[in-house]
Amino acid sequence: MTARLAPLFAACGAQHRAALIGYLPAGYPTVAGSVSLLRAMLDGGCDLVEVGVPYSDPVLDGPTIQAAADAALRGGVRLRDVLSVVESITGAGGRAVVMTYWNPVHHYGVDAFARDLAAAGGLGVITPDLIPDEAHDWLAAAQTHDLDRIFLVAPSSTEARLAMTAAATRGFLYASSVMGVTGARDVVSSAASELVARARKHAPELPVGVGLGVRDGMQAAEVAAFADAVIVGSAFVTVAARDGEPAVRALAADLATGVRRSAPQPAL
Amino acid sequence: MSSTVRTQPVASATAQPDSHGRFGCYGGRFVPEALIAALDELTAAYTDARCDPEFTARLNGLLADYTGRPSPLTEAPRLSEHAGGAQIVLKREDLNHTGSHKINNVLGQVLLTQRMGKPRVIAETGAGQHGVATATGCALLGLQCVVYMGEVDTQRQALNVARMRLLGAEVVPVKTGSRTLKDAINEALRDWVTNVDTTHYLLGTVAGPHPFPVMVRDFHRVIGLEAREQMLARYGRLPDAVVACVGGGSNAIGIFHPFLDDPGVRLVGFEAAGEGMDTGRHAATLSAGQPGMLHGALSYLLQDSDGQTVETHSISAGLDYPGVGPEHSWLKDTGRAQYRPITDAQAMDAFRLLSRTEGIIPAIESAHAVAGALQLGTELGPGALVLVNLSGRGDKDVDTAVRWFDLLGEQP
Repeated sequence: MTARLAPLFAACGAQHRAALIGYLPAGYPTVAGSVSLLRAMLDGGCDLVEVGVPYSDPVLDGPTIQAAADAALRGGVRLRDVLSVVESITGAGGRAVVMTYWNPVHHYGVDAFARDLAAAGGLGVITPDLIPDEAHDWLAAAQTHDLDRIFLVAPSSTEARLAMTAAATRGFLYASSVMGVTGARDVVSSAASELVARARKHAPELPVGVGLGVRDGMQAAEVAAFADAVIVGSAFVTVAARDGEPAVRALAADLATGVRRSAPQPAL
Repeated sequence: MSSTVRTQPVASATAQPDSHGRFGCYGGRFVPEALIAALDELTAAYTDARCDPEFTARLNGLLADYTGRPSPLTEAPRLSEHAGGAQIVLKREDLNHTGSHKINNVLGQVLLTQRMGKPRVIAETGAGQHGVATATGCALLGLQCVVYMGEVDTQRQALNVARMRLLGAEVVPVKTGSRTLKDAINEALRDWVTNVDTTHYLLGTVAGPHPFPVMVRDFHRVIGLEAREQMLARYGRLPDAVVACVGGGSNAIGIFHPFLDDPGVRLVGFEAAGEGMDTGRHAATLSAGQPGMLHGALSYLLQDSDGQTVETHSISAGLDYPGVGPEHSWLKDTGRAQYRPITDAQAMDAFRLLSRTEGIIPAIESAHAVAGALQLGTELGPGALVLVNLSGRGDKDVDTAVRWFDLLGEQP
């Protein structure tokens, strides 16, 4: 089956630009508030939103996203609220995937979650702590409910693991630009372009998105020069916390300009 | 020669895990891809080291001449008067250098760190026993050492913080989440993802992603191997029951494992029931949890109806953990081991009783096992032989005991 995100990447490809993907946790600052912020991201120019599932033990997240997830959990957000946030986005014509640590899904029931996410109009799931080796149930459920499964690769991934992970992935491959946790950084690591090039050797047709560390249009342009998608998380959380919806819309617009700027291809 | 130090695992009919690190359905690797290369490297280094006679000789040399192994087996006749006629025997891991069983695993892993050529070690610690052992092993081999410890635990185990700093380790108080052991592990994992090229994560329990549960178990099997020989030599028979406290489960698996194929030996782990199972303020994962993923493995887990890890409570920092090693989950499901809760109050009663009857002040963690042994002894009745893993000593817990028993007030 074709990836649910294939039309998105085809459209961006036709415009000779990278896609812009924005992340925010559901329920931050409230469930309704997160819907407004995610809509502002789409209005500002994001092509796709990642709706984050707040989790008690986010080992791949830095302080910014940890604090937002904590606040959302203290506010009482539930997994079913995440699904309702997705539905609010997709019902208004937006594209959404879910980003989640695996235990909440495991506890909900992998097939039930896939079924309910698909019913809410979600297009796929990004799984930061689920590797394909452990994803038997999820791969089956994603197949049954026609959802994209977006796995991560890292600069430390071996060639064999890049090949295996790319083969299990549908939608796009999520390349962590650095070894580390989420959080905005001043400089985009050179490891990112290298990793994208390595991944492409194994799966030339599979779009590759780069996340971890991008915070403004300039950096987005840099990444857009070698990746199919630019993924921004912590920077959105930071501006949302500080200045709310208008700031989120403005950051999305800045990043959207960035991914449309044709930056020179950096030397690999 | 009384008894020899042995670390090499023997083949068992119930040998687990499989090559994917699965104990039945439990275990595995639920971690970011970024860590997989390091886990593979560690698996390879460990597999290679355990077949290397030089590695084994060096580890056994340290266990004997640095740690002081074999640890003695101590009869506890005055304590046993409170155990319904059963005879309680203590395996004295509290007499190891650094004061607990934790050093067994640390020495194995620091030697592996050196073998992998990594200059930096990170660790988590709850009560501080693993942190102290890690700081010690790093001082011994000249490795840089950073220990993550929940802020709550740095306060209730201040003595161990000072010990780690004396040993040259950097202690980082963790201020996120419940500010206890669980969050210290989260922070250590974040450090590891960032610095994995130069850093070994010296995990202190039998939880975490493969190969930690099997590797840490193997480094602690020496406890059960020695105890089994010592029991046979002294009593001419195996114990009727082997008991230990269970937080993550490292001391328990260390003493249980060599008895797995002895069907006549009951294996019972005692978890922290905190203020009582019905209060919800406890850390009894196997008694009240459901399978889930935490810190890289599928195992029993204290979680809410949404799969969020819940906050735990125990007077003992070392047992205050919502997860448990995957092999214990498998032993529970197969029925080979049983797990029961012991409250703060029961543990503190046993803490005082052991101090006053035998002149041994146990760690509060180990006091849970002592309380359990008294309970089990009463059930098994006269003539029963109960082996207790006395996993650590209680110097670190004196402040807690002072507050619990109001020892600074006037003596009644």
